[in-house]
Amino acid sequence: MRKATNILTVAFRSMFRNKLRSLLTALGIIIGVACVVATIGIGEGARLQAESQFQSLGTNFIMVFPGATTSSGARMGHGTNSKLSESDVEAIRSEIQSVAYVSATIRTAAQVIYGNQNWSTGIQGGEVDWPLIRSWNLSSGQFFTDADNRAAAKVCVLGQTVVQNLFGSEDPVGKTIRIKNIPFRVVGVLDKKGGSAMGSDQDDVIVAPYQTVRKKIMGTTAVGVIIASAASNEMVPQAQEEITQLLRQRHRINRAAGQEDDFTMRTQTEMLQQAEQQAQTMSYLLWSIAGVSLLVGGIGIMNIMLVSVTERTREIGVRMAIGAKGRDIRAQFLVEAVALAITGGTLGIGLGVFIQKTVARFAGWPVSLNSDGVLLAFVFSALVGVAFGFYPALKASRLDPIEALRYE
Amino acid sequence: MPAPVIEIRDLTRVYKMGETEVRALNGVSLTVARGEFVAVMGPSGSGKSTFMNIIGCLDRPTSGTYILDGVDVSRLSRDERAEIRNDKIGFVFQNFNLLSRTSALENVELPLLYSKKAPATTKERDARAKACLSIVGLEGRSDHTPSQLSGGQQQRVAIARSLVNDPTILLADEPTGNLDSKTSDDVMSVFQRLNEEGRTVILITHEHDIAEYAKRVVVFKDGQVLTDTPVVKRRLVAAEVSR
Repeated sequence: MRKATNILTVAFRSMFRNKLRSLLTALGIIIGVACVVATIGIGEGARLQAESQFQSLGTNFIMVFPGATTSSGARMGHGTNSKLSESDVEAIRSEIQSVAYVSATIRTAAQVIYGNQNWSTGIQGGEVDWPLIRSWNLSSGQFFTDADNRAAAKVCVLGQTVVQNLFGSEDPVGKTIRIKNIPFRVVGVLDKKGGSAMGSDQDDVIVAPYQTVRKKIMGTTAVGVIIASAASNEMVPQAQEEITQLLRQRHRINRAAGQEDDFTMRTQTEMLQQAEQQAQTMSYLLWSIAGVSLLVGGIGIMNIMLVSVTERTREIGVRMAIGAKGRDIRAQFLVEAVALAITGGTLGIGLGVFIQKTVARFAGWPVSLNSDGVLLAFVFSALVGVAFGFYPALKASRLDPIEALRYE
Repeated sequence: MPAPVIEIRDLTRVYKMGETEVRALNGVSLTVARGEFVAVMGPSGSGKSTFMNIIGCLDRPTSGTYILDGVDVSRLSRDERAEIRNDKIGFVFQNFNLLSRTSALENVELPLLYSKKAPATTKERDARAKACLSIVGLEGRSDHTPSQLSGGQQQRVAIARSLVNDPTILLADEPTGNLDSKTSDDVMSVFQRLNEEGRTVILITHEHDIAEYAKRVVVFKDGQVLTDTPVVKRRLVAAEVSR
């Protein structure tokens, strides 16, 4: 124990004796570790952000839109060549047990007027299950009813951004607004939801009964997108499978004959996985950068340790003459290399956290100080010290004391 | 007669330089009793450096035995010799060999770093090193680094370092080689005083007037002991060596 503290003392003393050189040597490690910590933190922050945004879509969320899936992804031209009908929605609602809630939706954009204020926003047509699927509560008033939907009643629920822009601090419930010059009565206000995964403002929306939007505003017969909520998280794959079978049967699609589905399904899990996959690719890239920096840093340490061994040949000779064994010398130089690497690692962690916090502040991401990442960076830098300090240390320990003492 | 500290029988050391063999030591026998002050002299190539390396356990003889303080050290491994050096031998070098940018006190404490018998606490180690510094008259210079000390002072720090593990022999290799004659006298007086106090001193030198400080002079030539004579008075030694 005493010996260990002695070696540590000697190592740190020799490091502080050459402050600038030690700092420059450690720079490779500092950059490498800062890179690891910052990127892990930033990546993790961005991932958490994306995750919370996908969570905000709703619970056990399933989305069915018209158009086939091609190898390059989904065809997004739904609405123009729609193959989903209201009876499809009814079939899902009545036949599939694993689906808890389902709603036909349709979407358009329109100019909205209240008093002398006007605002251009998205109009979302949905059925009564809509807020349940999106897990979106009302902050005041009530959601429209099934009767409102069937009667195509001119009622609507406002998102927070719309409220802000049309009403300011006024209470909108009970007021009448005009959408495309048609008067709508405001029955409720939605909670604040925040930005979506794609970066758009989810609160900039007006939700009206599906039938109202379809008939009164758009004048179409097609269902835009069907959204649904599986009964539980475990039921999502089952629900997905059952909906697929049902729609194939209803649309008379023969997969065996090579016919393509005329609809595409996305689940929340899939969307999340896709985002995670992208994050994964990014992190591989970052890890390889960090790896290269650590390698270069390690080579720097090896180089400076070899220089140090040559420079201090006499010192090694003296230490051996007065009783240092080979392993004492080896331990000394190894500990010096590790001390260099760990000091670099610690400074790197500090720098990395600083970068991470700065980036997170400017990007508005949640700061994720990942303790695993910090620990990993620390262990990595120590390993680099051992790996690249070993050869110089071995070389030092094998010096012949007589030769070493004679060295000029 | 006191028990011998060093007992050497038929010591040889052969270096292989490619095909040829160089016999640096060729059948050296020597006994040194406790409390002696022996000067080893000889021209370069006489084998005195090889002899010193073996006496100091830095090297092993090719054949023959070397018994130091009752222990046969002529066949010991590298690590075992390191322990012997730490425990029984106090080295003093020509160029002092102090660690630069390291205080005198820390330099003196250096052998304790590798010692099994060293005191456990920093306080005790500091006390021991300070005691050694005061033996050589440098008690006020503990915090000075070698660059802040004169050559003579540096050599005295080195002597303090050699004393810190209470060695059986002091082995001084040309300790005055880098010093002027006045400082040489100072340093040699330290050795004489230590010898008066009972310390066995082996001094390697090529300067006659330095050898005259010893009690006995051994002259090497061609790997063998040429003469081994006690110093009766100064003139005698000088006459002997210059013959």
